[in-house]
Amino acid sequence: MLLQQIINGIVAGSAYALFALGFTLTFGVLKIVNLTYGFYFSAGAYLALFATLHGAPITLALPFAAIAAGFIAVFLDSALLSRLRRQQAPELASLMVTLGATLFLYTGMTALIGSEIQRFPLGLIESAPFRFNGASISLTQIAIVMTAGLLAAGLIGVLRATRTGLAMRAMAENPQAGELMGIDTGAIMRRVSFLCGAIAGASGVLIGLEHNAITPYMGETMALKGFAVIILGGLGDVGGALIAGLLIGLLEALTAGYISSIYKDAVGFLLLVLTLWARPFGLFGRASVRRA
Amino acid sequence: MPAALDDFLWTYQSLIASLGVNGLLALSMYVVLAIGQLSLGQAAFMGVGAYASALLSLHTGLPFPLELAAAMLIPAAFALAIGAPTLRLSGVYLALATIGLGELLRIFLIQSDFTGGALGLSGIPAKAGFTLIYGCLAAATLALMLITRSRIGRAMEAIREDETAAAVSGVDLPRYKMTALVVSAMLAGLAGALNAHASSFIGPNDYGFDAAVTILSYALLGGVGSPFGSLAGALVLTLLPEILRPLQDFRLVVNGAIIVVAVLYMPHGLIPWRPLRIGARP
Amino acid sequence: MSAAPLLSIKGLTLRYGGLAAIEDFDLSVTEGALDALIGPNGAGKTSLFNLISGLTRQDEGEICLGGARIDRLSPSQRARRGLARTFQNLRLFAEMTAIENVLVGMHLHVGGSLIEILTRLGRFRKAERAAVEAARELLAFVGLSPSEYAPAGSLSYGDQRRLEIARALAAKPKLLLLDEPAAGMNPAETAALRLLLEKLRAQNISMLLVEHDMSLVMRLCDTITVLNFGRKIAEGPPDAVRADPAVMEAYLGVRGAAHVRGDSA
Repeated sequence: MLLQQIINGIVAGSAYALFALGFTLTFGVLKIVNLTYGFYFSAGAYLALFATLHGAPITLALPFAAIAAGFIAVFLDSALLSRLRRQQAPELASLMVTLGATLFLYTGMTALIGSEIQRFPLGLIESAPFRFNGASISLTQIAIVMTAGLLAAGLIGVLRATRTGLAMRAMAENPQAGELMGIDTGAIMRRVSFLCGAIAGASGVLIGLEHNAITPYMGETMALKGFAVIILGGLGDVGGALIAGLLIGLLEALTAGYISSIYKDAVGFLLLVLTLWARPFGLFGRASVRRA
Repeated sequence: MPAALDDFLWTYQSLIASLGVNGLLALSMYVVLAIGQLSLGQAAFMGVGAYASALLSLHTGLPFPLELAAAMLIPAAFALAIGAPTLRLSGVYLALATIGLGELLRIFLIQSDFTGGALGLSGIPAKAGFTLIYGCLAAATLALMLITRSRIGRAMEAIREDETAAAVSGVDLPRYKMTALVVSAMLAGLAGALNAHASSFIGPNDYGFDAAVTILSYALLGGVGSPFGSLAGALVLTLLPEILRPLQDFRLVVNGAIIVVAVLYMPHGLIPWRPLRIGARP
Repeated sequence: MSAAPLLSIKGLTLRYGGLAAIEDFDLSVTEGALDALIGPNGAGKTSLFNLISGLTRQDEGEICLGGARIDRLSPSQRARRGLARTFQNLRLFAEMTAIENVLVGMHLHVGGSLIEILTRLGRFRKAERAAVEAARELLAFVGLSPSEYAPAGSLSYGDQRRLEIARALAAKPKLLLLDEPAAGMNPAETAALRLLLEKLRAQNISMLLVEHDMSLVMRLCDTITVLNFGRKIAEGPPDAVRADPAVMEAYLGVRGAAHVRGDSA
């Protein structure tokens, strides 16, 4: 019982973390809370659905969806945000513009394809769970946990050890200084946008598979949970997002198991509010945050 | 009253009430945006006001003015609790915290039997007539207009343009920001209470993220140079769906597009007026 | 020095990560003085201004204004105690008119309670009119009368600098911090600025100025403090600082030394 709760918690937490990795990176490097991020999640799931309905195996549909979501992210970033960056508009302007775009995209998508729950074709992925000690875990769930862990490690590695990562960190510190140091900030921004879009898209596919339910608003629900994760982990902190995601997932599973499942969804937001009271810069307090 | 006018009011009574309520919501959004902050909790503050007053109406015999006072003070307490930790930080934190508040409220309302769960509350007495709604709207508009045309309005505009420069000029940032958030929560709570007592039914999903974004779109479309901009935005966006009925499914698509276009291409909104302060003009 | 200093800073230290931007820094400015703070780019001059005005908080040390500690106060509280400043990269309220910028600077001195604002009774109109009158006088004083109703963002660079000084003066400060007031100015504008600073000194307004224009500093200032890598390396009247070999070598270098001796403009 407890083992199963913990497994459920780790799976849910990895899903949150996976989603939040790109979310927090967007803030860390691009200095914006990009609310369209949740849309890339939905878009990834629908793109993979489209591909698999046309006969593509999941091994093909997943990278296709991730890459396509990455390009959508690059396009939206340049359409919505490049103008504001040029004007050096206040950071809330970018939040508001992505907010409007989010509303536009979700409602537009719903109006076009309907809000009915859609499912991946049967037999797309091995569905029989592995059982041990009375607990079980499915192949998709294992994939989510491993992807989250590997991706977080990979991102931290890229940020610490590569030239692009160094440029990203320089920009996170100070975009103007980055420009002066000869970094092509436009190119780095496009790369970060692509990477974040692809992460969101891939996590949409994996989580869509896990729940086997795809709706236009799945990204919004996830983004709301994602806020709790990135605040708890510290805005811009990749490692923090991983740990915060796991923590929220575990606490939700334990709340559902031992208190009541109706309060499960409140856990994340309660933690969000408590974090803002007690440790506004996140659990580890090293996020790239400016005081007002 | 002439029969034709009576007819008109009867046919459009819910639309007329919404215009007034949405006007108040737009003003509540204006108060926060006017100092350069972003709250996505206006819908939540509205919901708190609506539920608080509706529960009082259904379970107690309190006089209506006292219920309205409660519908303003309880959201104000929420605003204090959410503002205290976040207003010291950059604006993103208030925005995110208020989204969190909205979600917590929604979850609580759906789960709690006391608030009618997912079904919401119905049979709320129709105590809020046009006179009351529009009286409140007129009073709020007048008060905000007088304030924007004073040293307080000047300081608010300065904060919106450059917080740091305003602070070193002696403008007490924490006090202004907190006051603006609390006043805005009170206006939204009042709007919620009036709406609850005009429409007789409220539900937990009326105060979610989409509602918050819609309220934001009023103010952004109209412009935050003066309270009148936000009011104009509410007027247009409340009437637009009535005019564009065939587009019902795309109603929110239009709202979303309006926010994008307003932020990118018309930062001053439909009504780019600046307040007429003494000495603001030759 | 007989009178207690207006501004006194002791042991001020500010660190970013492991690096000290300001280290164990002492400074005092006497009443009515016009002092300067000089040093190469990145020496910590603007950091010091940010510490004094409360935009950043020091790690160690204390700052006193008029004998009372201000180092734990917010920027607006420090403004209330008599501190005003300008910014190296101009921070005007760009969409507000010139006169409104000055009126914001006057914020602390315009009366009128909320009741009076809402009823338009009592002192409200009188206070607003008096403020506008005073703002007009300040704009005339800095030579911006023709631009009273122009949006601040539309003014020329030199005019914006003078408007920022007018806004700071509007707070009736005891101490005015000027961060590179001559930066980006042409020679005529710099000359006008010098006259303005001399007028202010004649009105007994104490000023501390960060400036790269050495001829301006050497001609105007009473005491010059030289900062390098966050530490004070010299202090004294212009002649002494000019002759200080440590300054020559550590900061001014050969070209700068020639500059100070007046070999070039």
